[in-house]
Amino acid sequence: MRYGDVTQAIGNTPLVHLPNLSPPGYRIWLKLEGMNPTGSIKDRIALAMLDAAEAEGRLGPGARILEPTSGNTGIALAAICATRGYSLTCVMPANTSRERRQLLRLFGASIIESPAEKGSNGAVRMAQQLANEDPDVVMPFQYGNAANPRAHHDTTAAEILSDLPSVTAFVAGLGTGGTVTGVGHRLKSTNPAIKVFAAEPEYADMVYGLRNLDEGYVPEVLDPDVLDSRIKVDSRKALAWTRRLVAEEGIFAGVSTGASLQVAVRVCDRLPSGSDVVALSPDGGWKYLSTGAFDVGDVDDLADDLSTTLWA
Amino acid sequence: MASVRIPTILRKHTEGAARVAADGDTVREVFTNVVDTHPGLTSSLFDGDDLRGFINVYVADEDIRYLDGLATPVAGSDEIAIMPAVAGGA
Repeated sequence: MRYGDVTQAIGNTPLVHLPNLSPPGYRIWLKLEGMNPTGSIKDRIALAMLDAAEAEGRLGPGARILEPTSGNTGIALAAICATRGYSLTCVMPANTSRERRQLLRLFGASIIESPAEKGSNGAVRMAQQLANEDPDVVMPFQYGNAANPRAHHDTTAAEILSDLPSVTAFVAGLGTGGTVTGVGHRLKSTNPAIKVFAAEPEYADMVYGLRNLDEGYVPEVLDPDVLDSRIKVDSRKALAWTRRLVAEEGIFAGVSTGASLQVAVRVCDRLPSGSDVVALSPDGGWKYLSTGAFDVGDVDDLADDLSTTLWA
Repeated sequence: MASVRIPTILRKHTEGAARVAADGDTVREVFTNVVDTHPGLTSSLFDGDDLRGFINVYVADEDIRYLDGLATPVAGSDEIAIMPAVAGGA
């Protein structure tokens, strides 16, 4: 296939059946978003958010962009910003993997670190504060930008429906909530019987270190009503399923993929026999090698060692 | 008895304990027993009769908003986890 520039190569990712991990009587399919140009699902929303801001006239030549991100959205934005002459600064928790910093800097982005113990909540708050103090900066703000779920409604969901019209359930991780919201609405408007499940990462205790509950945050783009359930997955289970995916299906993915896969397997027994369940793999495993997640060793020990960095 | 996992931010009300055991057939009954012993938790768990905002409660890993809310049944071996609502990585 030929493309006129890298943004045109975003999307149309493979949907791969998992014959060895699907429970008897069910078919689990994995949508490999790691095949996008910068290696994650975030290429879709980075393009959609930048195109929307340009269409609204908010991005002039040399515009400065600021975004809270744990890595993938920043890397995706950085790649497009580089080609369009925008400068990008990412506010990122200090405990994110080394590869994410390397890639961001390689694509020309600057990084401002937010405190690790405040997790992505802390990055969101710091970015909002910096944007308030600097009226010339443009913040796409993936947690509150309608272009995020719209990108998944228009592209991710359309691809699933085209590749697998018999889809009966969809599972994706919860970060901004954009994937489950956008894909979920499109699938349910096509067939209201389709079920949508969110796999919620259970972060280390440290990351929940808010001063009080009023510092809690529910992203504006998440529509909780589109979900049929929301199931949390701890780092041990997510890592175990991520490693089974490599060992039994030959697919090397990031840890969030293991979380969605675990939920996909768990919900099969509440779906009719013969169901086709799509789980979403947001990225490949490459950016997590330095964390030790894929080192040789006992999964339980690794998960304990990595509990503060694994999802960050 | 069900085991209730207390997030770091609320452990000041449980003398630092990360887990509290309490009886009850539903989440509401378990939480009522928990706040009897640890009254400081009341306003962190309840807003009137309802679950307070910005916290998520899970029975056996599943968000009770998608089960029966505070009426969700609890088996003796179940873990009830309380977690603050936070932004996810993205």
